This record gives sequence, C-alpha cells and structure tokens, in this order.
Amino acid sequence: MVSIDVWNASVDFPIFDAKSRSLKKLALGKVGGKIGSEGRVPIIEALHDISLSLKDGDRVGLVGHNGAGKSTLLRLLAGIYEPTRGHSRIVGKVAPVFDLGVGMDPEISGYENIMIRGLFLGMTRKQMEARVDDIAEFTELGDYLQMPLRTYSTGMRVRLALGVVTSINPEILLLDEGIGAVDAAFMAKARDRLKDLVARSGLLVFANHSDEFLAEFCDTAIWMDEGHVKMHGGLREVLTAYKGFDPFERMHQHDETPVLSGNGGE
Amino acid sequence: MQATSTLEHPEAPPAVKSRSFKRAFADVREAWDHRELWGHLGWQDIKQRYRRSVIGPLWITISMATTALALGLLYSVLLGAELPAFLPYITVGFIVWNFILGCVTEGTDVFIANEGLIKHLPAPITIHVMRMVWRQVLFLAHNLVVYVIVMLIFIGTLSEPYRMTKEGPLQPGLSWEVLLAVPGFVLLAVNAVWVALLFGVISTRFRDIPPVVNSFINLVFFMTPIVWDASILQKFAQGQGSWRVLIAELNPVYHFVEIVRAPLLGHRVDWHHWAIAGGFTVVGWVLALVILRNYRARVSYWV
Repeated sequence: MVSIDVWNASVDFPIFDAKSRSLKKLALGKVGGKIGSEGRVPIIEALHDISLSLKDGDRVGLVGHNGAGKSTLLRLLAGIYEPTRGHSRIVGKVAPVFDLGVGMDPEISGYENIMIRGLFLGMTRKQMEARVDDIAEFTELGDYLQMPLRTYSTGMRVRLALGVVTSINPEILLLDEGIGAVDAAFMAKARDRLKDLVARSGLLVFANHSDEFLAEFCDTAIWMDEGHVKMHGGLREVLTAYKGFDPFERMHQHDETPVLSGNGGE
Repeated sequence: MQATSTLEHPEAPPAVKSRSFKRAFADVREAWDHRELWGHLGWQDIKQRYRRSVIGPLWITISMATTALALGLLYSVLLGAELPAFLPYITVGFIVWNFILGCVTEGTDVFIANEGLIKHLPAPITIHVMRMVWRQVLFLAHNLVVYVIVMLIFIGTLSEPYRMTKEGPLQPGLSWEVLLAVPGFVLLAVNAVWVALLFGVISTRFRDIPPVVNSFINLVFFMTPIVWDASILQKFAQGQGSWRVLIAELNPVYHFVEIVRAPLLGHRVDWHHWAIAGGFTVVGWVLALVILRNYRARVSYWV
C-alpha cells in the first residue's frame, strides 16, 4: 500500500548568511515564501501548514507561480526535507526526478550515471545491469551512453533520467518541471511508460506549467500559493481557478484530438 | 471530489517522530544496506581522479613513496636512528596518518561537498560518510604497495628482534602478530565513520569548522609520534618526572596509529593502546548518534 501523508507540515529554511538589509528588500518582493525571523537567524517559510493525503493510483498535478513552493513540496513528499513542524509519513519506494543536472556526474559516462542513479534509487548492481539495455533502447541514446555526460544536451539528460526512473518500477514518482525539455516524439514514448507506471497502482506527483502535460497525466491537482495549498481538487477545477479561465475549453477549440481522455476532474 | 480528502485524513500517529534514536540507528543501518552504492561511488571517485592521466592511480603510490623515503632519510639522521628500522617506521606511520588526515579533513566537508545529491535524492546521510571512508580505505590500499616494497627491502633487519634507536626498547620483530593490524585498522575505520558524521554535521551548520580543523590537523601531525618515536620522550623523561610522556599518551591519534602501525612493524603493542582506542570508539559513537538523532533531518536544510 503506497501512500504519502502529511500533517500540518511546515518547511522553514534558516538563512545563515543573509544580511538584514538585503532581507528587507526580499520581504518587499512578491515572489517566494514568507520571510520570518525566529531568534537571530532569519528563516524563509517555504511551506506552511501543509496537510495532504495521497494514496496509490493518485495522479496529482502541481501548479503555482515561481517560488510558490512546488519544488519544496516535492522534496517534502520525497522525504528529503523532513518537516520542521508537523509530521510526514511516506510509504513506498520514491523515485524523484528533480533538477536534471544534479545527482549525475558530468565527467562519467551515461552508462555509469544510469548505474549510480539506479543504485541510489535502491536497486542492486545486478538488477541495473539487466536493465541497462532496455534503458539504452528506450532513451535512443545509443553510442552516446559511452560518452561523458557533459557532452549531453538538456533533452538527452531528461531522457536518461526518465529512462532510469521508469525502468525501475518505483511506487512513487515525483517529477519536477524540467521534463518539458524533451521533444514531442520522445514524450509520446515516455507517456506510455508513465501511464503504465501509474496504472500499476503507483503514485504520481507532477509539477508543470503546461496544461497539455497536466491533462495527459493527472486527474487531480494541487495549487500552491506562497507556501500554502490554496486548492486541492479535480484537475479542471483547480486549473480553472488558477488561470481564471477553463484551459480545457481552449484546448478543444484548437484541435479535437482526444487529449483530454485522461482528465477525470469532473 | 478530492476536496473531501482532508476529512478522511488519518490522525498523525505518534510513531512518526523525526528526532528519535530509532531513526538515527535506521540511518546508519540503511546506509550499510546500501553498501553496493557507496562501494561503487568510492571506486568511481578514485577512477575519476585519475581519468585522462597516464599512470593513473600509481600517482597515489609514488607520492607516498617519495615522501616516506625523503622524511625517513632526514629524520633517521636527525634522531640518530637506524635507517633499516626507521624508514619502515616512517613509511607505515605516514600511510596510517594519511588515512586519518583524509577522513578528518574530508569528513568535515562530506555533506557540504554532496549538497547536490542530498537535495535531490532521498537517501540516508550516512551513505556519504561511508563513501568517503571507503575512498580513503582504497587510497590506503594503494599505499600498502609502498609498505610491501619497504618490507621486502628491510626484511633482514625486521624479521628478528631489533632496536629503532640505540637506547630504544628491543622490539620482537615481525611474526604472525602482523595480523593484529587487521582488527586495528577495522577499529580505526569504525572511528573514522563517527568522526566524519560528527564533524560533518557540525561543519555543515557552522562553516568555520572546516578551516579550523584544517589548520589544527597539522599541529596534530607534529604532536603525534609519526616522524619521531615515542620512546624518545621516555629518554628525556628519565630522572625529570614523566610528564613528557603525556605529550604522546594524551593524544588519541597516537593510540590509533599505534594499534595499526606496531603490528605491521613487528613492534610490541601495549594493551593500553587497544583499551584507549576502544573507549574512544564507544564514546565517539554515542556522541555521533546523539548528533544524528537531533540534526540528521536538518542536514538537508543546512547544506
């Protein structure tokens, strides 16, 4: 049984090197979490009083402005940040795909990076060796896998990272925005794998700004605003409230392809 | 409609406490379960360092050999010691010291250097420490080549009872007791883990600690009997009171060096070195577990 439960969780970052003068400027800005001060160290309240309950089969889209706390929430759900206040409980094998440059060593080959990422996600070496060919085929990187990662384009890195996480059958998949860097043809391929993954009673949380992607993969959505969950409900509802118009109607006007078939908002 | 989900949200069980010794132990245990991961990463680090260099990892060995040779020649003259006895002594002392130095200096930096991994992949933080200590073990393995070569050269002197200096104590010479170096080294490595955990967490919060440690570690090197022999203190101490002996005895590093170095050279290992090293292991791990319990979850916030 895969689940993520979060009870009244807050994530506060202490900022040890911030000068009070520059902080004043920061506090006037509208972007980012609330900046408070507890004792002598200023803190940024990246997430405030989050309560969530996600179960297997949930496919959640994450929307919100820059600095609303989407990435931090994903890290909270991954267990990387344990809440500073409140509680969280994560049951299941988590595979995050966040910043694609990190966790991958630019100097070593694609193969080695596949191996290391797999080991980090809890696989054994043998299991990874068995999957390498499959990943190589899926990512279409071919001989490039022998090259050091620094020679890869952003899209190629996304392919590699997606190839690894989708091949290891994670129970909880957390995707940040970087995924958009791949071309349409590859996305179509990845889509099948991701759908498979979700169908196998996995749990998906997907942060993205593209309505098409969200409509494709998610049926519910969370709207983050200034570190709060502003709204949690059906995808269409949340997107409509977030954007101020119904994005699905527009998509219908553009083309009539059944892109919305996965939309279970109503 | 999902909006109702908060209503059926289960109550927070009291078990999900972030600060508990259970979680601290779990972190260490899970890191051990991930040994394939840090084993692989440690190897990768070594390969990485010598990518595109012609003789590769041999550089580690060569630099150790030249340092040991030069210092051995210099100090055997300065201290009036027998070269065949003193050169192996300095070589082994240096090999062990290099391991300790690497673990302490890289230990303070261990979480700071792994910021990217810590913030992007959920994993027990002890993994990064294990990777670092394993890398140092591999370095030490490279340096053992120098030990073997030096032993082959001076086996004539070392295989029977010998003295390092004219007034020094008679050492029994190499025997099966050389195997005692293995448990000695295991104990040293176990201590390296807690040192790196403790200093690593503290350094992540207080960034002044790594430079402080880096400047004091040189002092520790000169205070530890590595290029000089502890029996020299005894010589000076005769008739003068024995406080000078404490210069070495109060230094914990000395005891750890001794439990690995003495068996490798065929020296007699005094039991009190083992006792003190064992005591440090227990106290150190208790400290590290307390730090791990309270601040394990803070590391990803601090890096």
